Amino acid sequence: FQIFFVILLLFIYYFLINSGGGEKARRLHTSRGKLLPRERIDRLLDPGVECIIVANDATVKGGTYYPITVKKHLRAQEIAQQNHLPCIYLVDSGGANLPRQAEVFPDRDHFGRIFYNQARLSSEGISQVKAATGEEVSAEDLGGADLHCKKSGVTDHYALDDNHALHLARKTVRSLNYRKNIEVTIESPESPLYPADELYGIVGDNLKRNFDVREVIARIVDGSKFDEFKAFYGDTLVTGFSRIFGYPVGIIGNNGVLFSESAKKGTHFIELCCQRNIPLVFLQNITGFMVGREYEAGGIAKDGAKMVTAVACASVPKITVIIGGSYGAGNYGMCGRAYSPRFLYMWPNSRISVMGGEQAATVLATITKDQRAREGKEFTAEQEAAMKEPIVRRFEEEGSPYYSSARLWDDGIIDPAETRMVLGLSLSAALNAPTTKTRFGVFRM
Amino acid sequence: MAAVILSFPTLQGLRIFTQGFDNKRIEKVLIANRGEIACRVMRSAKKMGVRSVAVYSDADTHSMHVAMADEAYHIGPAPSQQSYLSMDKVLEVAKKSGSHAVHPGYGFLSENTEFAEACKQEGIIFIGPPSSAIRDMGIKSTSKHIMSAAGVPIIGGYHGEDQSNEKLQAEAVRIGYPVMIKAVRGGGGKGMRIARSDSDFLEQLESARREARKSFNDDVMLIEKFVEDPRHVEVQVFGDMHGNAVYLFERDCSVQRRHQKIIEEAPAPGISPEVRRKLGEAAVRAAKAVNYVGAGTVEFIMDAQHNFYFMEMNTRLQVEHPVSEMITGTDLVEWQLRVAAGERLPLLQEDIMLRGHSFEARIYAEDPNNDFLPGAGPLLHLSTPSPDQHTRIETGVREGDEVSAHYDPMIAKLVVWGEDRSAALKKLRYCLRQYNIVGLNTNIDFLLNLSGHPEFEAGNVSTSFIPQHYADLFPTPKAPSGATICQAALGLILQERNHTLGFTQSSTDPFSPFGSSSGWRNNILFNRNVTLQVGDKKVDVVIMYNQDGSYSMQVGDEVNHVTGEVEMEGGASFLHCTVNGVKSRPKLVILDNTVHLFSTEGSSQVSVPVPKYRAGVGGSGAQGGAVAPMTGTIEKVLVKAGDKVTVGDPLMVMIAMKMEHTIRAPKSGVIKKVLFSEGSQANRHAPLVELVEEEEQAEGSSQ
Repeated sequence: FQIFFVILLLFIYYFLINSGGGEKARRLHTSRGKLLPRERIDRLLDPGVECIIVANDATVKGGTYYPITVKKHLRAQEIAQQNHLPCIYLVDSGGANLPRQAEVFPDRDHFGRIFYNQARLSSEGISQVKAATGEEVSAEDLGGADLHCKKSGVTDHYALDDNHALHLARKTVRSLNYRKNIEVTIESPESPLYPADELYGIVGDNLKRNFDVREVIARIVDGSKFDEFKAFYGDTLVTGFSRIFGYPVGIIGNNGVLFSESAKKGTHFIELCCQRNIPLVFLQNITGFMVGREYEAGGIAKDGAKMVTAVACASVPKITVIIGGSYGAGNYGMCGRAYSPRFLYMWPNSRISVMGGEQAATVLATITKDQRAREGKEFTAEQEAAMKEPIVRRFEEEGSPYYSSARLWDDGIIDPAETRMVLGLSLSAALNAPTTKTRFGVFRM
Repeated sequence: MAAVILSFPTLQGLRIFTQGFDNKRIEKVLIANRGEIACRVMRSAKKMGVRSVAVYSDADTHSMHVAMADEAYHIGPAPSQQSYLSMDKVLEVAKKSGSHAVHPGYGFLSENTEFAEACKQEGIIFIGPPSSAIRDMGIKSTSKHIMSAAGVPIIGGYHGEDQSNEKLQAEAVRIGYPVMIKAVRGGGGKGMRIARSDSDFLEQLESARREARKSFNDDVMLIEKFVEDPRHVEVQVFGDMHGNAVYLFERDCSVQRRHQKIIEEAPAPGISPEVRRKLGEAAVRAAKAVNYVGAGTVEFIMDAQHNFYFMEMNTRLQVEHPVSEMITGTDLVEWQLRVAAGERLPLLQEDIMLRGHSFEARIYAEDPNNDFLPGAGPLLHLSTPSPDQHTRIETGVREGDEVSAHYDPMIAKLVVWGEDRSAALKKLRYCLRQYNIVGLNTNIDFLLNLSGHPEFEAGNVSTSFIPQHYADLFPTPKAPSGATICQAALGLILQERNHTLGFTQSSTDPFSPFGSSSGWRNNILFNRNVTLQVGDKKVDVVIMYNQDGSYSMQVGDEVNHVTGEVEMEGGASFLHCTVNGVKSRPKLVILDNTVHLFSTEGSSQVSVPVPKYRAGVGGSGAQGGAVAPMTGTIEKVLVKAGDKVTVGDPLMVMIAMKMEHTIRAPKSGVIKKVLFSEGSQANRHAPLVELVEEEEQAEGSSQ
């Protein structure tokens, strides 16, 4: 039942995040007749054009850009660029955070990149809509709505208040004359046959206990239907075709460590999906590729490289969900952040690090022990334990999905029971982008 | 007196004349009327294979009666004087269209002797009594003399020149107390007294004289029998050209407002068969006395002891004729056409059976809370109970039509039949609840209050019913409950979901979860803040979208659990919903920004306030701004730009529907602009002034 604490913690974190800069800041904000950022978004949304929305939260440090703010803004623009989504900016910000100017101003991926991206996105035909909703216009000395609408021509529409601005933004999006072109077949969706909340019980919170990824798939895909590909070959990697909310997907999930056969099967499957223009979903729960003399001799390195090449080159939409462990080269083969999946999410029970904390501590302790031995010094069991303890603790902390999410290594932590919905939304967003033909690199044979 | 003597030979002559034309052909009938009665006549004509010709004014180009007719002719502008009352134009159409007969309906030309004569001269059958009968019955003193001579009880009175106290008192004794002492020149209740006994007669007489002298400078008095809380009972009669006349029992039309009937029933409640027979026979005597042909109504007033006195005879088919049809199983329009063609009456007196009980409720565009002020406007939404053998909806309008300010504001007559009075009344109330109208004020809720009143249920009706039970009939309006607000909010959400569904289904990506309207948010429940306008108050509702598809709605301090769906049934939407475990299914109509809920409890409205940025663009009507309540002329402007006003201050006086209306400030503030000048014409819902709220002003100046 520990999994429920894990889920509860997730909801508590989100509740806190959702309340922005705290009660006092919120009250000050609303007392000025302004809407809170999430409420602005709520009032902006409708079922029309899928958009990326970037809204500053003025209740947090006046909405100024911290290094992580810049990173998040750029990530949003990256999503817009990859998925061809119009961008709506609800600006309510004091600009760059001055004390941190060195971390937000000079470099390539700093504040200026936002405007560079706007220009580039616009050149790619991705619409940019900006609604100034806060301080930016109300300070008349810096140039208010009157000045910019009537005299300077800087702005296009005059809004009386937040609601009006949002109304104008909606009208603008309506006039984008945007049409989503779906280049895949779609079918009428069916709910899975198994209830999603059983996922809590299947996954548990003990990562060392393995679970069959098919149990997860059965609770995510339409009608729990999964056409498995090469079920009896390389069975530590599960591959097959399904539909999620009617969209076709090729699913790649882990059922253990990756062997040569699993890697080759995965490569084959990715090639098929790219040829058929089927989006890929990675359900990542991987400790890595198999190690050992026998496997090295069997060419695990080149087979692993095949899979990594295939994942890197596949230009169909890729969406990754880390449902358990994400360690080492397994992270690469299973489309980790570095492999530019369109979206990457984590379950609250998941872990991410180069290797397990215990394993890392042992490696470091062994090095130290060898070093000591060379120097003829003693390395007692107590000393070893004292050395390993902080390493394990550190890996424990840094492997947490919250540590990851706070650094934008992922696009959010999701409730396992909502995986189907999150994947459906992500696929829907991803299918806005026109198909590009995949060109694979050279596979090491 | 002269008129009486003259009329008899004329009538005799007419009878001989018409009998020479036995069984004339009526294959095409012109209906010189509009609205429900025109439609009613056409239905019977169609049934009989008679072609119908409609006439219409500018205002009725797209009206139902025009659409129903086989042919229709334009006869002039909207005002009835220049269209429906124009004899020349109607006759011209009758000739041009080759109509054999003209059915005048009620009102307009139906009791116009000149028109009846003109028809005869053109060789066109006027469907109605001989013109002499219309004339005789149109003059009250003449009709009373004829009735008195025919042995029909008439109300006693003294109209003599001898004004001595002794004479007047002696007459009062002869008539029998209580009596009414009325100034001959009087009016508006002035110079009018009631003497209940001999002992207070002189005192009341003096008092009446004093007041009359002061008010009219004339103290000539007349004495009349005073009937306390009288009932209005009328008998449907029918005569043919062969000297037959029958009665189709009586109707009770006691409950009236503004001296107009609103609810009628047949037979009259609490009347013994003996009195019923006496009433009928008196009415037939009255009809025979003037050689009546066609449908007519003999009106009586009746006292508490069921004594009845002749009041007048209406020489037309009356509005409330359907209740008589319902209890006798007849079609009086068919009878009219057949009798006009010279046929004998289809039934003899002994063949006419009274069966069950029938009610008619008149649904009017009017505001019962504002002294039944007549209204006009569009029927934005109109849904009715489904008509069947025992439920008739007599109407001349459809959804989308306009109730015109030029004519009678009656929207429909709802007619029901039941085995007995209480069954019929139950049916009436059941059907009234299903009669739902949006777009203008109606008297439907009032009719429900009225028909549900215990005294009405008991059959204790009189012409003073409404003033007597005023407090019960006009309960202080209840503010919609939290549950109602939840229903309205649910209605809005479901409508939004429906729009979304319509949008996504026609898109290239119909199954995208972005179009699911589930309010899904990652790891949090979507909390939506909605402000609703309930009466003159704004109510904040926090709607939480639960994962199971239900909603938690916080209204004030209470949180309600709400689920529901909209289901279509017979073209109307019903909100099948559950609020805190209580299921209900009100009819749901959402128009513009307003949710209208019609339930068994009555109707309620909840609006979405027009956002500030839209308020300037003609939306102020919905916010209860200072707008014209109906089309009319600005009589007086009481404010000018810059004036400060508080809620309720008079802003303008308007004349509309022959009534004066004072337009008051809906909120406190400053007049920014006066949009109409004295003497100009303002359309319904036109904003009359620009009124800026004080806080808005303050806000504006600080920026």
